[in-house]
Amino acid sequence: MKPEIYRFSPYVRLSLPLFTARIHAGFPSPAEDYIEKSLDLNEYLVQHPAATFFVRVTGDSMTGAGINSGDLLIVDRALKAVNGSVIVAILNGEFTVKRLQSSGKRVRLFPENPAYQPIEVTAGCDFEVWGVVVHVIHTVRRS
Amino acid sequence: MKRVYALVDCNNFYASCERVFNPSLRRRPVVILSNNDGCIVARSAEAKALGIPFASPYFKVRAMAEKHNTAVFSSNYALYADLSQRVMNVLRSFTPDVDVYSIDEAFLSLNKTGDMTGFGLAVKEKVYRWTGIPVSVGIGYTRTLAKAAAHIAKHDSLMKGALDLTSRPDAAELIARIAVRDIWGIGPAYAAKLNGIGVYTAADFIKLDPAWVKRSMTIMGLRTQTELKGRSCIEPDMVPAEKKAIVSSKSFGRSVRGLPELEQAVSTYAERAAEKLRRQEGLASMVTVFIMTNRFRDTPQYADSRSFELPEASCCTPVIIRCALALLRRLYVDGYEYNKAGIMLSGIVRRGDAQMNLFMPADWRGSSKVMETVDHVNRKYGTGTLFYASGGIDRPWGMRRELLSPAYTTRWEDIPLIRI
Repeated sequence: MKPEIYRFSPYVRLSLPLFTARIHAGFPSPAEDYIEKSLDLNEYLVQHPAATFFVRVTGDSMTGAGINSGDLLIVDRALKAVNGSVIVAILNGEFTVKRLQSSGKRVRLFPENPAYQPIEVTAGCDFEVWGVVVHVIHTVRRS
Repeated sequence: MKRVYALVDCNNFYASCERVFNPSLRRRPVVILSNNDGCIVARSAEAKALGIPFASPYFKVRAMAEKHNTAVFSSNYALYADLSQRVMNVLRSFTPDVDVYSIDEAFLSLNKTGDMTGFGLAVKEKVYRWTGIPVSVGIGYTRTLAKAAAHIAKHDSLMKGALDLTSRPDAAELIARIAVRDIWGIGPAYAAKLNGIGVYTAADFIKLDPAWVKRSMTIMGLRTQTELKGRSCIEPDMVPAEKKAIVSSKSFGRSVRGLPELEQAVSTYAERAAEKLRRQEGLASMVTVFIMTNRFRDTPQYADSRSFELPEASCCTPVIIRCALALLRRLYVDGYEYNKAGIMLSGIVRRGDAQMNLFMPADWRGSSKVMETVDHVNRKYGTGTLFYASGGIDRPWGMRRELLSPAYTTRWEDIPLIRI
């Protein structure tokens, strides 16, 4: 048993240098060729660290929304789900990921794959929005 | 403007943490076991309603638990510490004046602006939306009253999870009904003593002669009585949280930039926390360190925390300090002006309930002998080796946690998997 310090820390600074020198046609200024600041991927992907969670999905019901089996989703619970949001929902005791369609009192969970049927959320359903999906991380190169 | 306190208390915290990532548990009773899966350390509301007693050895209630389809888990301190930090960070969005009292409780100091019930409900709503953790909020003119209010808010469904005693005309009656054993700062021993002389409720306790209270219950008893009457005189540090976690932290007198100074501070807090831990005859399973910059200043901001799970629960000061300093070094980022640091010990078990470490003498209260052993081992094999050595030796002494849920938020392999 090897103890390790694990933590998803949205605050960890993962820094990649950003070269801000613009490419000019003509005379590039050597003075512009310096590293001005670092890019932090967390800053780009995580707006509300305390409310952001990562989940992985398996299945093909959302391929039309760019969510493929094995992808990592960045889910922000601080955001309010609106009509058209891709959400992580709890439906009858299970997680699912679908596009939310709400008009008036009618709520539907819409798959993004014609092979699947929309799910009508009725009064008898145990339904809760768990969070709003804000980014999909799709790894292209599988080792 | 009048100062008021809000106590935010997470409902059935460990069970709620398990539920955030496992929706199938929402309607089921949930219980959490201590280290080595021995005793019940936390229960969901449903498990409490079944009559499963706190701290009872699991084997004694196993038949009943199984009959009612109870979900049983080992303590997942990594998960609980992470969600605790998230809850505390949400609370800091309401006011920078947040005193983390334990893993699942914090005091907020606020200026009273009219009826604060709406504020309490807003806190409850935001914490749930952001983190998935249900909380109760109690507001009062003193911390003792805020605690009492949170207790009522949690147990009286009419309150909807938030109660502001400072704007209730019936505040006196609400407080009066609270049993003395449920009053903050009155331990079970004093509660029994008070019951023995016919004092059962807060109303009875307030009526007692202050001189008698001071004589028989020390100055702390008197302070509790004064606070119940509405005059603030207790700081969170004065009453050790007996439950699941111990926090030791303070703002610095001035901002601190260098790591050596932070190390001094954290090691002092670690020492204090370890002392508190031994006083309540507990052993901690997890050490969390946090540091932050001054939120009131217009300087670059940084705040973060890290946790380390001890291979064996411990109350040994050198072990806790060493661990805290290792965490601090990983947390520390150069260039910020820090103004607060602290340590939290969680996953606290009673000394008798924990498995003893092979390398530690039975009496390992941080004696110089233990210190020597730790230093010797680490000098010989490198820093941190003692943890590895103790954890790596065969399983009979290792912690048994067969029912551990995944570290949903702190390990890539463990993040929730959703079938879509």
